Amino acid sequence: MTAATDALIVTDLAAERGGRQVFAGVGFTVARGGAVQVEGANGAGKSTLLRVLAGLLPVAAGSIVNPFVTTLAGHDSALKPGPTLASELAHWARLDRADVSTVASAAAAFALTPLLDLPAGILSSGQRRRAALARVAASGAAVWLLDEPDAGLDAASKALLTAAIAAHRGGGGIVVAVTHGDIGIADPQRLRL
Amino acid sequence: MIFLTLVRRDLTLALRQPGALLLPVVFFVLVAALFPFAVGPDARLLARIAPGVVWVAALLASLLPVETLVAPDRADGTIDQIVVRGIALETWAAARLVAHWIGFAVPLLIALPVAAVLLGLPSLAPLALGLALGTPALAALALLAASLTAGLRGGGALAGLIVVPLALPVLIFGVADAPGALRLLAASSLVIVALTPFAAAAALRAAD
Repeated sequence: MTAATDALIVTDLAAERGGRQVFAGVGFTVARGGAVQVEGANGAGKSTLLRVLAGLLPVAAGSIVNPFVTTLAGHDSALKPGPTLASELAHWARLDRADVSTVASAAAAFALTPLLDLPAGILSSGQRRRAALARVAASGAAVWLLDEPDAGLDAASKALLTAAIAAHRGGGGIVVAVTHGDIGIADPQRLRL
Repeated sequence: MIFLTLVRRDLTLALRQPGALLLPVVFFVLVAALFPFAVGPDARLLARIAPGVVWVAALLASLLPVETLVAPDRADGTIDQIVVRGIALETWAAARLVAHWIGFAVPLLIALPVAAVLLGLPSLAPLALGLALGTPALAALALLAASLTAGLRGGGALAGLIVVPLALPVLIFGVADAPGALRLLAASSLVIVALTPFAAAAALRAAD
């Protein structure tokens, strides 16, 4: 089956957790360079939507057409405490089959360069969040699924995040971000759950 | 290749925590050391039961790493990141199995002569060969139990109940002193090793 489409198309999507329907009838189409900003109250199913889009949870109803390589920055950083940040990012870049040199530029984009030689375990939660975002940026994936990417970030880091999202979209990438309020995504489609 | 990347990653992480690698081995030697005290200094009796003691000690030692084998990766989002990348959980589980077996069996085989001396074991080679064939199954069953109990609090206690019955064929053929026992040991070990990545991956998927 070939996807003769150049957009992420979600149609009438529903998801369940623990046998209970979390949301239903969710649909959007986002083309290259586009962004979807998902908003909603706690428990509305925002994270669940991202996990369904990421393929971590089954689709209960509806369909997702996603011809792109997709990556996710969830609430968990998936960084092991022992190795250095540089080797952690390099490991995931290898699994992404990304050029390891992209790690340096992605780390620089999130102001992580001075931290690369530190063990990931001593990073603060904001720094870990930035590391997870740098992993997303280094992955080379076209679709970024970001779950509250600004959580725990200071003002300077939020500006870096905004710039990284804009640069990714400028390069033809797609961003689906769960947020509480605006994080500086230019002209997003808004989806309320 | 992704499989090798994952194995190398697991081995690197394991070597960063040598204590975690040593713990099962120290436990293995301690269990073996208990028997001369419990059974008494009858050298002939000890030599006769030594293979069984070594196998039971290895089986018990294999249960120790269960709680650190899968649960941390599930809790810190590593498994999510693997799945998002389209890497099959079966591949991940097979890589974890290979790395865990190396980290478990190599120190165990190094410690085997110590256990053999404590028990007055006459010849080391058959037992070492048996353990080399049987430890992949013990490592696999530990991984299976770890995957089944990854989301549970206190899953380690449950793991013993899962592993011990499934390990019986390996134990029986490992201790048996009959012709062909080694082949049956290898066969049962092979079946367990071949099935475990699929079973572990299914367990992880069902738990989400």
